[in-house]
Amino acid sequence: MTDLIERPSVVEPGVPDVGAPDGHHGDDVHEHHGPTGILKWLTSTDHKVIGVNYIVTSTVMMLIGGLFAEIIRAQLVSPTSTLVSFSQYNELFTMHGSVMIYLFAGPFAFAGLANYLVPLQVGAPDMAFPRLNALSYWLYLTGSITMLLGFFTAGGAANFGWVGYAPLSNAVNSPGSGADLWIGALMLTGFSAIFSGVNLVATIFYLRAPGMTMFRMPIFTWNMLVVGILILLAFPVLTSGLIMLYCDRHFGTHIFTVNGGGVPLLWQHIFWFWGHPEVYILALPFFGMVTEVIPVFSKKPLFGYKGMIFATLTIAALSLGVWAHHMFTTGAVLLPFFSIMSLLIAVPTGIKIFNWIGTMWGGELYFSTSMLFAIGFVITFLLGGLTGIYLASPPLDFLTHDTYFVVAHFHSVVMALVLGAMAGIYFWVPKIFGKMLNEPLGKLQFWLAFIGTQIFTLPMYVVGLHGMPRRTAVYPNNPSWQTLNIWVSIGALMIGISMLVFVVNVIYSWRNPVIAGNNPWDAHGLEWYTTSPPPHHNFTSLPPIRSERPTWDFNHPEHPALAHGEHTAVVTAPSEEATNGKVEA
Amino acid sequence: MLKQESLILLGLGVFFGLMGIVYWMWGHEDGGGVMLLGSFLLGMLPGFYYLWWYRRTGGNRPEDREDATIQEGAGVVDSFPSTSIWPFVLGLGCFSMVLALVFGAWFAVPAIGLLVAAFVGVTAESRRGGDV
Amino acid sequence: MAKGVSTTSHNTFILWQGFSIAGIIVGGGTFLIILWAVFRYRKKSDGIPKQTQYNLPLEIIYTIVPIVIVFGLFAATVVVENQVTAEPNAQANITVTAFQWGWKFTYPGHKAVIVGQTTQNPEMIMPADENVHFNLISLDVVHGFYVRDFNFSRYAQPGLTNVFTFNITKTGVYNGQCTQLCGLYHSLMYFRIKVVTPAQYQAWLAVQDATTPASRALAAKGAIKLGTATQVPTKPAYTTYGAH
Repeated sequence: MTDLIERPSVVEPGVPDVGAPDGHHGDDVHEHHGPTGILKWLTSTDHKVIGVNYIVTSTVMMLIGGLFAEIIRAQLVSPTSTLVSFSQYNELFTMHGSVMIYLFAGPFAFAGLANYLVPLQVGAPDMAFPRLNALSYWLYLTGSITMLLGFFTAGGAANFGWVGYAPLSNAVNSPGSGADLWIGALMLTGFSAIFSGVNLVATIFYLRAPGMTMFRMPIFTWNMLVVGILILLAFPVLTSGLIMLYCDRHFGTHIFTVNGGGVPLLWQHIFWFWGHPEVYILALPFFGMVTEVIPVFSKKPLFGYKGMIFATLTIAALSLGVWAHHMFTTGAVLLPFFSIMSLLIAVPTGIKIFNWIGTMWGGELYFSTSMLFAIGFVITFLLGGLTGIYLASPPLDFLTHDTYFVVAHFHSVVMALVLGAMAGIYFWVPKIFGKMLNEPLGKLQFWLAFIGTQIFTLPMYVVGLHGMPRRTAVYPNNPSWQTLNIWVSIGALMIGISMLVFVVNVIYSWRNPVIAGNNPWDAHGLEWYTTSPPPHHNFTSLPPIRSERPTWDFNHPEHPALAHGEHTAVVTAPSEEATNGKVEA
Repeated sequence: MLKQESLILLGLGVFFGLMGIVYWMWGHEDGGGVMLLGSFLLGMLPGFYYLWWYRRTGGNRPEDREDATIQEGAGVVDSFPSTSIWPFVLGLGCFSMVLALVFGAWFAVPAIGLLVAAFVGVTAESRRGGDV
Repeated sequence: MAKGVSTTSHNTFILWQGFSIAGIIVGGGTFLIILWAVFRYRKKSDGIPKQTQYNLPLEIIYTIVPIVIVFGLFAATVVVENQVTAEPNAQANITVTAFQWGWKFTYPGHKAVIVGQTTQNPEMIMPADENVHFNLISLDVVHGFYVRDFNFSRYAQPGLTNVFTFNITKTGVYNGQCTQLCGLYHSLMYFRIKVVTPAQYQAWLAVQDATTPASRALAAKGAIKLGTATQVPTKPAYTTYGAH
């Protein structure tokens, strides 16, 4: 069915308060009668349907990856545990990392919530390339299935770590289809990501609503623009490396093998040139989510909007130049170059943290579940980020590399991202589904997850400094490490229980719906102007866009944003159809 | 202005170029040097293209002006199908092709069939304005 | 985190302490500010607070100050890095060869060979208080040569020899382990380093080089094996925990 996408032409002051649960207005021009049920799921090109598909699938992947993690932690509570064999253990941590990074964190961030929110936040009716968007999802789903198929093959799933270093990943050391399925899965999900990146950049460049200049876009959208550019820079490099690895494995080439004149080290260069931007591709969307949540629950605008944009662009630029800090112990990389670049990334990250604090400063903080998760994110990321600074110094990296100190660092950072994801979920689920998630259950989930995260990561730092290497199934020569490992496992268990509480919350809220309305949080972005859930093509009307908070300006015209030290409101250019900006002394 | 968008890309490209020059001259490592050169190009090529396009069209879209009104953007933006089976078919074709790489060339037979059907279907869908 | 027993591990430890002080001040301070903000600005009324959006002088300060701190950390890093990677004149040479899943230690110019797999835990002999130069290489995949008490690790890679020098200040036995995933028995790829006085080291080397059966018997009493430099065990001897 063809659709003519139209932008609305009217602004109706009364519209925001009308929020019928099914999202239809009486005089809706676009009564949408598309297919329903499974046919809708298979054929829809609506970014909202695709976004929800991604969110649901990636959440399932998170639970699968989490299951692997719990088994790993159960194995490690005892120095000579026989819960799983060495071979199974290698598969478990490989697939835990691969599922979490390739199949959960990335897609959730840049294709799930971003797909849903970016067109809404810029006032667009859909993404720039809707069918390409749908293709991205099918490549992601089939890629996920491909990777997990490895468990059903004779040789088992891939078992060479989520980084697949050569020569361990070549045909001699890792024969069997589990490895090839891993490679093929990453090619599918890699192209899925590239197409999502294209869509993000094109939509943000071309489909913004009138008046929404680049410097009036919400920070979540800004971050997604930068993520889109990073995806286009980094993912083709990974895909190229995977093709080379496949050729080495099956076509007799010698790119990464010493016999035949190849250079195994080249795999590490190629992999990490993608790998480091990838962690910022993972992190920036969650930074953006938290940057949307904190101002709303502080009842203030974001502090340092332009500084945030500068920080994001600086992080993106620097992230392309730090890849070999994962390779300091190879003895074959330019140590001082990568050291200074890696240390410098702390600066824009610090700017962001100070801006979040500045947003809360002087505000009226309301601790909804979403806000609790956002604050938990800031605290956890502060700690995890600081330990990264040690790793940026080669002498300090020599003693911590491949020990549990590194494992603690990245799990601390990644768990911070998960807390940020939960902030985003509790914030936007009312918009997406029109129903609220239960707040008391959410707060229980928060405390379990936040405290669990600290109990999980802090002992890992210590046992790493005591010398425990990573990717080891047993530690028979060092039984003194057992106590710390037990604490880590307790923390992991708490995180797992918090996820169960989340699942219970989802089911409970589904069965006992509380209607959300257009804007239950008195939030700032354009997406809160329309109904919950939004109608087909998102908007039947739009407010005037005069700042990065169009909905706030519409609802609170007497409280525009001020510079520090300013006391009177700044009058913006009046527009004929909006309520005029009153000046308040 | 499409100018700001092009400046982001050009700025990143220049930064990667500078970083690449410093890295290659200091470290003489070819892998990273080539990848940074690629990043430089990915900033410069689309960046210059957007800049050229901005100059050519005058760059005065409603979303670039701070005082634009909602009425200016009203009306039909574009047309595309709101439902289409072809992304799913194309996705299945790519999946099948990957399985061919792993399990054997016979998987390529349904793969090619699905891929051809999808390309034909998408093209026809676009030409006919979406009525499949 | 400890001082370690080599001259360079001491320097690394001091660098660690410096980073930690900076980290505690900056991180701890920021953490306290967050806690204060969360406590002080919790919602007290339904009013709308002052909508401050930016404060340029403050933002410039918290951009510049971290840059200065970063350059300070970098300067300290470069100093210690040059010390750790320095290659002074060596008084002894040892070649370490990693393979799936064990270690071989050979002594260029001498006949001594120490080799063992997994839980055989091969024990290298090296002298204290002398610059000992190492060559590190792998026969197959990437392995990690890690000795916690030296605050040090380096990859053993196929086709690429890594070099480094230690000067150990204290005799004793120090544990090492492979830290880079290398396959099935990565978890058990142990080794030890026994640091002895230079006189003991020279005596041991002399025994290894001797050709009389009596001296060979003497050497065989320890956990070491004699052999040629090319000998690699073909029959594995693993201890497994759990089914293969």
